[in-house]
Amino acid sequence: MEFQAKELFAKHGVATTLGVVAETPEAARAAAEEMGGVTVVKAQVKAGGRGKAGGVKIAKTADEAESYARDILGMEIKGLTVNRVLVTPATPPVEEYYFSFLLDRSNRSHLCIASVEGGVEIEEVAKTNPEAVRQIRIDALEGVTPEKAAAIVDEAKFPAELRDQAIEMVQKLWKVYVEEDATLVEVNPLARLEGDKLEALDGKVSLDDNASEVRHPDHAQFEIREEADPLEAKAKDKGLNYVKLDGQVGIIGNGAGLVMSTLDVVAYAGEAHGGVKPANFLDIGGGANAQVMADGLDVILHDAQVKSVFVNVFGGITACDEVANGIKGALEILGDEASKPLVVRLDGNNVEEGRRILDELNHPLVTQVDTMDGAADKAAELAHRA
Amino acid sequence: MSIYLNKDSKIIVQGMTGGMGAKHTTLMVESGADIVGGVNARKAGTTVELGGKELPVFGTVEEAMKETGANVSVAFVPPAFTKDACIEAIDAEIPLLVVITEGVPVLDTAEVVAYLEGKSTRMIGPNCPGIITPEESLAGITPHTIAGKGPVGLVSKSGTLTYQMMYELKDYGFSTAIGIGGDPIVGTTHIDALEAFENDPETKAIVMIGEIGGDAEERAAAYIKEHVTKPVVGYVAGFTAPEGKTMGHAGAIVSGSSGTAQAKKEALEAAGVKVGKTPSETAALMREVLQDL
Repeated sequence: MEFQAKELFAKHGVATTLGVVAETPEAARAAAEEMGGVTVVKAQVKAGGRGKAGGVKIAKTADEAESYARDILGMEIKGLTVNRVLVTPATPPVEEYYFSFLLDRSNRSHLCIASVEGGVEIEEVAKTNPEAVRQIRIDALEGVTPEKAAAIVDEAKFPAELRDQAIEMVQKLWKVYVEEDATLVEVNPLARLEGDKLEALDGKVSLDDNASEVRHPDHAQFEIREEADPLEAKAKDKGLNYVKLDGQVGIIGNGAGLVMSTLDVVAYAGEAHGGVKPANFLDIGGGANAQVMADGLDVILHDAQVKSVFVNVFGGITACDEVANGIKGALEILGDEASKPLVVRLDGNNVEEGRRILDELNHPLVTQVDTMDGAADKAAELAHRA
Repeated sequence: MSIYLNKDSKIIVQGMTGGMGAKHTTLMVESGADIVGGVNARKAGTTVELGGKELPVFGTVEEAMKETGANVSVAFVPPAFTKDACIEAIDAEIPLLVVITEGVPVLDTAEVVAYLEGKSTRMIGPNCPGIITPEESLAGITPHTIAGKGPVGLVSKSGTLTYQMMYELKDYGFSTAIGIGGDPIVGTTHIDALEAFENDPETKAIVMIGEIGGDAEERAAAYIKEHVTKPVVGYVAGFTAPEGKTMGHAGAIVSGSSGTAQAKKEALEAAGVKVGKTPSETAALMREVLQDL
């Protein structure tokens, strides 16, 4: 979110105005009073187009700031509820530029995008006047040296009187990108204020989860818990890779690719069964032991929308007998809480033993189907009938 | 023939003595792959018995290569140390480096990929199941029991979908199956593997498995249209997956591609690739191709 991006900007010396985050209209009023003068009240959600959605207002007085905050708090922008606003002093830009560093997957390197025609409508500029939006490749080994920063600023044709300031800012933004392990650092708009001062007026930073895990324990603070779906929060507590979707067939599988594929196969199968859809993404990874399986089932069975569950496991490294014992153990752990039909498809390593264990278990809720397509069809049918 | 890996491959394991490393070294030895040793600076000079084989531990990749004649390294080192392990292997000029480790910071991978420029090492991964040439060698974690030798070349972003597809086509078998990894930046791309399969006489047809995100599949499609004469069958996972993290305005400006499964499918079909809706339909398409050969 904007206020978090700005915190990271400020940490690395990038000129920006932090402002005050308010969760109530009263707090917004207090912040505006403290600042005095004209303020901007901005919705804080992880989505673009906040201005167009009515989530950004200029308040001439503290009264207005409070009343705008009342309108904006609770508003929905692109499906996200606004729980906080950022109040900053209004600093009308003389000119608006665009600047970003990002991971360039296609070239397996980093890229800088800069434009002095920029500002908020940058995507439009990129379409109508692509020459004005400069894309500059960054060598991943060399990074952004002072010389490279100067080359970027010159290539983007920043005004001469801002050149030194811009070079310094580019280097600081590169520090944000590298030292925080970001995959995107975007300043939009990068504003030229009165007195020829450059400032990051708004911004977005995407952090690399892998790097946060390995070397940035402090990044955990950027996660905003109440925004997460309660089932997702519960799954996260249990260390599960789960995403809630809008559907009726709960999905458990191993490996991200196979789970994504399972969602697709269930959606196709659902077309013949009243349009039922997959209810979630859940990848239990390689080691599908009883506890992980129980945790996964526990989350999925608490999804009120779920009518049936499809467990799709290909035993690669994991043996199917371990998975079958995992399901057996999970049903014992859950007891009466396991209340929805389970369709299980096991294949691969030790599949005969795995299927035998489930046959022997003979649990009333469990149906085994040998193929992925067949099992998806069965799970969709059960969800539709329920 | 095969690509990148064959019966003459001599393999060392970086991180052989760790949990994952030891487990999968054992499985590689059991598969019949020629594992010749491991690297761990702190345990140099000792030996470890894995899969019934006494394996020497060396202090560096360079030393291990000199002593054993190794030409492949498989890395299982933790993500925080993966970059250094890769640089070490590249400096030692190992011909093939397979990085299994999951969770490597992407800036580290970007650095390693830049470092590879002009060097003699081919890197596969990170975050991948590795590579298998059935009945000849295994450098990675793909179960060697799924399928035997045959005419199909397979390249995939996903590990479990690699296994699933090998299983579906186990009656035909594979020249080589390579999992290139699902990270945003990887050492060996779909295009690299397609080029190698095109040049491999043993490979008669190619299965390419993609996933949502990025534009690697779109670019592979363009490559296939220009350069690949062998039949290619494709599969893309993630038609119903939720939209991932957006890259703000920047992503849309750069790629020009939405990165959706539908966009990838259309690009592949426009290049003459038959694309299955499900893994089993993809396998069925490949069967038709193989019957006509």
